[in-house]
Amino acid sequence: MAVSVDEAVSAGPVPKHAPPTRRRSGRGRAIVEVALLTVLAVVMLFPVLWMIETSIKENRDVYAVPAKFFDFDVTLDHYRDVFVSSGLSVSFLNSVIVAGASTVLATVLGVPAAWAYSRFTLKAKKDQLFFILSTRFMPPVVVVIPIFLMYRYIGLIDSALGLILIYTAFNVPFTIWMMKGFVDEVPAEYEDAAMLDGYTRLQAFRKFTLPLLVPGIAATAVFALIFSWNEFVFAIFLTSSDEVRTAPPAIAGLIGGTTVDWGLVAASSVVFALPVLIFAYLVRKHLVAGVTLGAVRR
Amino acid sequence: MSEPVSLTTDRPGQADTPKPPAPGRSRRLTDRRLAVAFIAPALLLLLAMSVFPLLWALYLSFTDYSATRGGPANFVWFGNYTAILTSAQVHLRALTTLVYVVGAVGLQTALGFTIAYLISRRTRGRGLLTTLFLVPMMLSPVVVGLFWRFMLDAQFGVVNSMLGSLGLGQVEWLTRQRTALLSLIVVDTWQWTPFIMLIALAGLTAVPKYLYEAASIDRASEWFRFRTITLPLVWPLLLIAVLFRAIEAFRLFDLVYILTSGGPGVSTETLSFHVYKVAFLGFNTGTASAYGILMVLVVIVLTQLYLRYLNKLKED
Repeated sequence: MAVSVDEAVSAGPVPKHAPPTRRRSGRGRAIVEVALLTVLAVVMLFPVLWMIETSIKENRDVYAVPAKFFDFDVTLDHYRDVFVSSGLSVSFLNSVIVAGASTVLATVLGVPAAWAYSRFTLKAKKDQLFFILSTRFMPPVVVVIPIFLMYRYIGLIDSALGLILIYTAFNVPFTIWMMKGFVDEVPAEYEDAAMLDGYTRLQAFRKFTLPLLVPGIAATAVFALIFSWNEFVFAIFLTSSDEVRTAPPAIAGLIGGTTVDWGLVAASSVVFALPVLIFAYLVRKHLVAGVTLGAVRR
Repeated sequence: MSEPVSLTTDRPGQADTPKPPAPGRSRRLTDRRLAVAFIAPALLLLLAMSVFPLLWALYLSFTDYSATRGGPANFVWFGNYTAILTSAQVHLRALTTLVYVVGAVGLQTALGFTIAYLISRRTRGRGLLTTLFLVPMMLSPVVVGLFWRFMLDAQFGVVNSMLGSLGLGQVEWLTRQRTALLSLIVVDTWQWTPFIMLIALAGLTAVPKYLYEAASIDRASEWFRFRTITLPLVWPLLLIAVLFRAIEAFRLFDLVYILTSGGPGVSTETLSFHVYKVAFLGFNTGTASAYGILMVLVVIVLTQLYLRYLNKLKED
């Protein structure tokens, strides 16, 4: 409403007065916009802050009604519990192994494939790439049914290797799409020039293109790491024992009993989420490409 | 040092080609071999871990196989499919899923675009603001689900506590039929609004400044500028974000599992969650496979749509 009034004024017959009016109302509008943004930011961030707060509250303050926002007793007991008494440390270690191994595998398989898709003319290349991406969109609950039977048949149920394989399969499409974008940005002429100098195609890739791809590979690997780290559906259906379980199902298991130690849940959630946030911050430049599985890049 | 060495070892290989004028051809051949060697491992893994399981599920969907009963699978052909497509239970889940997908994605789009638009109009603190807004998206659905479950708790949840201090009544967020689905939508919106925001922001910042300048010289109204410059330029990207989110929301499982487990009653049971119940609680593997294949068909249609728009965007 205010906008249309403002426009009516500025479009008026006295142009001399128009600029100050517009500027003042512009400032008023800016204040409204900043206020709106602040409110939205607070709403979006409150749950995260509340989680951090809960993780450092004494137990009786965690369940206080009405909720205590500032005047609570601080304790680090919940964090100690995460690593000492809850048995979660094994799950965290499993998560590190599974996420790390699947990321390495996906990178090793995906980067050369991305390079080949970028450099060579192949039959139905576009269809192949679309097919690869579409495997990533399959509903995990549906895929897990035959995978479960398959794993039961070959003895991969409840094993780290089984999880690593399925996570790799889910990260390869992403790695190929993401890395193809990065390879496309490196001029193919570098390799052509190297080949004129007598290098083979493979050597040209290894010595000239690959070093230029390292930042892209790092960013891609970080995203693959985050996806595997956060993954829950396959983890809960394909593993059952505490020795193999990764962190997401283990943390979810904390609410299984009749009483729930929400302080511990909050502390383990913070411990679980912190590395993701740090890693995400490191690759913030590539976030748009990363979260769209390498499909959109600007 | 290593370069001349590898060069000499390479020569004999090329000397194998019979005629000197053929090197171009032989190089193309090794190129092809290289391409196959580089692509095949990745494709084989996908065939083994994605395509083969789906084909197996397709086979199972025509049988009455049960994972616990074991024994041979008898063919029932399209029995499972007709049972699912005519089941009132499934229709109800489809409706729940539709409400959830449309509600959540709609809210996310409106909110995400608003935030992106507001941020794009700021000159200072843009990076910091964007980073802060993105936090929910990077969290695992497990963390998000658990934590909202705590916050929405009827007794000691902070949401009810705040409502109480405002003088409003307590709401049983997750244990009432109506509010449970609403809670699910709200939580999903909280987590994924940043996604739409991020992509919309990418689109908004890519709009060339001179277009706005030209428009303001022409004294175009704010709304006119928004409608004729901003929206048409951001729309294709936004559409891709929306489709992406729709696919993700359609196949969502973990948030439902943690937040409500489909309850109370079946009020928050989405199709994904129902498939899980049929497969892992009812052990009707054959029926669940048919159910899953039908879901895959929906996903394939949505994905095709998504890829088509993506292709269009890339070609522009």
